[in-house]
Amino acid sequence: MITVESLTRRYAGFTAVDNVSFTAQPGRVTGFLGPNGAGKSTTMRVMVGLTAPTSGSATIDGVRFADLPNPGLEVGVLLDASAQHAGRTGREILTIASDIMGLPRTRVDEMIELVSLTPTEAKRRVRNYSLGMRQRLGIATALLGDPQVLILDEPANGLDPAGIRWMRDLLTGFASQGGTVLLSSHLLHEIEVIADDLVVIGNGKIVAAGTKEELLAAAGTLARSTSPRDLAHALEQAGIPSTLAGDGSVRTDADPARVGAVALTAGIALTELRSAEGAGLEDMFLSLTADTQREGVAA
Amino acid sequence: MTATIVSPASTTEAAPVRRAARPIPTTRLVKVELRKMFNTRSGFWMLVSIGVLSVIATGAVIIFAPDSAVTYESLATAIGLPMSVILPMIAILAVTSEWSQRSGLTTFTLVPSRGRVIGAKAIATLLVGLGSMAVAFAVGALGNVAGSALAGVDTVWDISLSTAPQMVLGNLVGMAIGFTLGVVLRNSAAAIVGYFVVSLVMPGILVLLAQVRSWFEDLQPWIDWNETQVALFEGATNTGEEWAMLGSTTMIWIVIPLVVGLLSLRRSEVK
Repeated sequence: MITVESLTRRYAGFTAVDNVSFTAQPGRVTGFLGPNGAGKSTTMRVMVGLTAPTSGSATIDGVRFADLPNPGLEVGVLLDASAQHAGRTGREILTIASDIMGLPRTRVDEMIELVSLTPTEAKRRVRNYSLGMRQRLGIATALLGDPQVLILDEPANGLDPAGIRWMRDLLTGFASQGGTVLLSSHLLHEIEVIADDLVVIGNGKIVAAGTKEELLAAAGTLARSTSPRDLAHALEQAGIPSTLAGDGSVRTDADPARVGAVALTAGIALTELRSAEGAGLEDMFLSLTADTQREGVAA
Repeated sequence: MTATIVSPASTTEAAPVRRAARPIPTTRLVKVELRKMFNTRSGFWMLVSIGVLSVIATGAVIIFAPDSAVTYESLATAIGLPMSVILPMIAILAVTSEWSQRSGLTTFTLVPSRGRVIGAKAIATLLVGLGSMAVAFAVGALGNVAGSALAGVDTVWDISLSTAPQMVLGNLVGMAIGFTLGVVLRNSAAAIVGYFVVSLVMPGILVLLAQVRSWFEDLQPWIDWNETQVALFEGATNTGEEWAMLGSTTMIWIVIPLVVGLLSLRRSEVK
């Protein structure tokens, strides 16, 4: 289990991570989302001791990462697949990591096979690797010590479709065996398919956290009627804020039962009334992080 | 904002078993750091060049030097020159590649104690220095035997038992300067340029300053590490004052910057 408590990291003049608290539970995949520069990578670097927190703490099963006697055996980490010595071969990078952890060399071959790098590719220097190959090498490094916790920053980046499918199965399988997975990604569809829990961060602060079902259900209600303008007006009278979409539908945060009751009182015939779950993760993400988006996307 | 995720139902099939992991022993870290110094293309060729240049320097002395100069000392000097440049480069890259090549991201997550990693690098660097010097003395000895036989002169063993350790120490000082620059600058290009500045440019300036400002003349040998290093290469560090000068330059150029560099390295962010 990963526990982050009141974590803050300030740089001269700006706060990259602002009082962030969340947990990633064992047996579940936790998706970590946020726009560029929201503080995801900083939070993950603090977790593994590469960056010192200004205040607050991050622990793995109650222990600070830096206090783990042999971290590679307990936590698999992939922060940046390109952060490798370009002059080493892929196999050599895995050999060094397995030597540090004190693992038998046979483990290196197992990992190369697991991440589908061919023996020839493993003998090539990393400078000649594509991003997807580096990503596979990084995943191999993370899994080398057979850890119980995985911390992965954008692991699907650069993988081909088969690779993404493979990674999804790998992480789901890892979690179902009791492992803890914290995974950041911009590929919202990927997260939507794979994550059990979500943590959304914007401008260094957590804007939403919960199970995927909760957060997507919280997207509100969608209603249609023959006179959408009257419906919106009636909702406003009842103190329920709503938005009138261009396609004639009315969206609101209130639950469908209340919207139905208001429509009945106002004598408006509804043609459609349902949870706006079709909104999906992308809409939720954009609306939650609207204030922090660079493009200023309207919610 | 604070938020906590509470999982409604844990899907855990098996409770995670905490293994009693043992701390990573320092000998293992030293072995890994030694391997890392030579498993890249540049590291490999630097190691090869030490051997190759030793042989070339030996050959050059045998071929070009007058017969009377084919002595163990002139061979050792010829071999020592390229080595005194390559060894500090090896020391620099052992440290800076973690930052310049960004492999530190993996290294420092696998071993969060950065002080231990740098310590292992220092031991590995020392071992490489001692090993290289052993090779140099061996190649020089072979060259001396072969060279004197070819020239038809008596084999001259003119390096005393007190000079040899000083030559080794001189090279270790050079490596320590490189290592320190690596720790302080944490960037390959900057540290290599820095090394040539403090070993080639700065001594000239200090000598010039000593010539034009008489008050600096007595001070200069206490500050100029290059002068104390040359004295070591020549086996000329004999008096207590000369050793004190070596101690002074070592303090100024190695100990103090190394401590400051280590303190900042341990706190700095690894990106």
